[in-house]
Amino acid sequence: MTQIQEVSVDEIKHLVSERALSGETMLLNMGPQHPSTHGVLRLLLELDGEIVVNCIPDIGFLHTGVEKNMEAKTYQKAEVMSDRLDYMNPIGNNLAYVMAVEKLVDLDVPARAQAIRVILAELQRLNSHLVWLGTSGLDLAAQSMFLYCFREREIILDIFELVSGQRMMTTYIRPGGLWRDVPVEFETAVRDFLKIFPKRIDEYEALLTKNPLFMDRMMGIGHLTREDALSYGCTGPVMRASGVDWDLRKKRPYSGYEQYDFVVPTRTEGDNYARYLVRMEEMRQSVRIIEQAMNKLPMGPVRSENRKFVPPPRSEIGVSMEALIHHFKLWTEGFSAPANSIYSAVESPRGELGVYLEGDGSPKPYRVHWRTPSYENLGILPVLSKGFLVADLVAIIGSLDIVLGDIDR
Amino acid sequence: MGVEQKLANMGVVTTTLENVVNWSRTGAMWPMLFGLACCAIEMMAAQASNYDMSRFGMELMRPSPRQSDLMIVAGRVSKKMGPVLRRLYDQMPEPKWVIAMGDCASCGGVFNNYAIYQGVDEVVPVDVYVAGCPPRPESLIHAVMTLHEKVKTEKFKDLAEKYG
Amino acid sequence: MDNQLEPIVRKLQADFGATVEEFRGEAHLTVSTERIVATLEACRDQFGFELLSAQTAVDYWPKESPRFHIIYQLTSVTKNLSLTIHAPVNGSQPEVPTVSGVYDSANWREREIWDMFGIRFVGHPDMRRILNPPDADYFPLRKDYPLGYEEPQFSFNFDEIQLGKPNPKE
Repeated sequence: MTQIQEVSVDEIKHLVSERALSGETMLLNMGPQHPSTHGVLRLLLELDGEIVVNCIPDIGFLHTGVEKNMEAKTYQKAEVMSDRLDYMNPIGNNLAYVMAVEKLVDLDVPARAQAIRVILAELQRLNSHLVWLGTSGLDLAAQSMFLYCFREREIILDIFELVSGQRMMTTYIRPGGLWRDVPVEFETAVRDFLKIFPKRIDEYEALLTKNPLFMDRMMGIGHLTREDALSYGCTGPVMRASGVDWDLRKKRPYSGYEQYDFVVPTRTEGDNYARYLVRMEEMRQSVRIIEQAMNKLPMGPVRSENRKFVPPPRSEIGVSMEALIHHFKLWTEGFSAPANSIYSAVESPRGELGVYLEGDGSPKPYRVHWRTPSYENLGILPVLSKGFLVADLVAIIGSLDIVLGDIDR
Repeated sequence: MGVEQKLANMGVVTTTLENVVNWSRTGAMWPMLFGLACCAIEMMAAQASNYDMSRFGMELMRPSPRQSDLMIVAGRVSKKMGPVLRRLYDQMPEPKWVIAMGDCASCGGVFNNYAIYQGVDEVVPVDVYVAGCPPRPESLIHAVMTLHEKVKTEKFKDLAEKYG
Repeated sequence: MDNQLEPIVRKLQADFGATVEEFRGEAHLTVSTERIVATLEACRDQFGFELLSAQTAVDYWPKESPRFHIIYQLTSVTKNLSLTIHAPVNGSQPEVPTVSGVYDSANWREREIWDMFGIRFVGHPDMRRILNPPDADYFPLRKDYPLGYEEPQFSFNFDEIQLGKPNPKE
């Protein structure tokens, strides 16, 4: 067991101002275990009284070695690890990985599977934004937001459990489509949820949006300019609240998003309040997308028929020799991918979630790199928090919506 | 019969000191916030309104180790986080218990590689292990109740040996 | 390839000696590391690729030359185009010029590449480890570093693995 590495001032000398070295300002550790840092994030703060002069994030406390571990497993088995990266968005992670695999091996996906993928991804977006709202409300001492949001979240988790058997880490989206078709109760469950949810969003807005305390704590705090957002690589609501109109669902539609009619909210102020308004509006637009997808849901198969990549149904194995051979090859060896590389991205609730996948002709991926949005979104924290109070720093971290599993992988 | 009835009517109950101490320890066991990864979200869901944990005495989740008795290690512990976990465990006052929540805390889970401790019992001694990835809030509540039963069977002479 | 992307790729080939490959609708360019900073500056200023979406590296051990490829994924928000640039790197202790002056997001990404692969970036303001413990002396994502796999404990090998693990009792 190694000792905790004490960071001496020498190591970070180049990052803090001279006032810290002379002792005029205070160096404080906002340690990995802290109620407001949304995970195991360590911040080295240089404080002048209560004002933040400099803020140095120290990450890596949740480093899981996923990229190396995926190289040791076949393409199908590695998907299990993808759920656990950004644990607020497991279905989105599955979707990103599976779309990358489908692009690499050039596999088709039937229309029904694409529509159900969209419904689940948008439900997952609602789920993630609800947790963001609950926990950042908790940081600002609005404790009832936490209880309300988690109540809604239970309904969505019940839908996921109905469909796949698991509340969070479903691994329901597989290469070629879905694991299996949705049960008959799915439609009623989703429609019942859609009936009550818009009124709930109205309740949350009534609680927070015009609240003078909330507005005082969020307006004008953490201003992000358009140039900084692009140069630092921030994507998602952080970027859209600073005036950049870039949403992968509209600009590079995947999985059938071009059929649905929705608006991507953008604002120009770039402060905490703008990010809050963008995410609230995104929740309403997600409800719109889910309704349209439920109305247009086509019938048909939910998984591709290409037996080189998709295992046959159990009923066929008893009657067909080829089905037995395909089943055997897929479950013992797995399918192989060409020796080339691709980059494929989806829009997660936090921003651009991209997968750089390189194959080498064998059934195991040669290199999987996850371009996760929270990494760049956290990188901009030192810029955003200069000159604000420590309490404002907590509000800024909440509004950036970072997930440490995403950052540390 | 007889004597007990007479005494109970007067408002007197007889029991052993061990029973009273153990019962009071289970009544209000305050957990320390140690949510690391995905299991933390299920721990928060267990604390929220649907699967309320404050029915079991865990109303508050104390972020400070000096004020808590129970550490629920929820999530995967990486090699960088291990010393921090040990230091926080050492800062908790006796009596203290540890619940290893989830597969990653119990045995390393899905991740069998260079960066994750294969079970948090390589770092701190664990009382109850909860299986699941992530475990349902009901599993966590069952673990808490199992821990209560374990605490109720603690004997003073074992504790005296442990603390010297 | 997109017809808006064609003239940009031709210009990059002409100015910086890049070689082009196409796969699944993406354009992959290969540029040498000496010219990578100039190439990225041209992409950002002349051709409008404002966003460095991803920067990572791949290890091709046991091939020694090139041992690594550094991958830059550029996105243009105004024109809706993207481009992948590969920069091959030789040897086991390589040094590559930094692009953190061109794109700020490269700052942390290059720290991650140093941490995982051991590729040093010349001119980087803050070359420290970011994800692994600071006293680590290994580079995990290199192909010659083992996974660190622990054997699963079945009943026949339970005791011998248990003796190897630390089990603190207090």
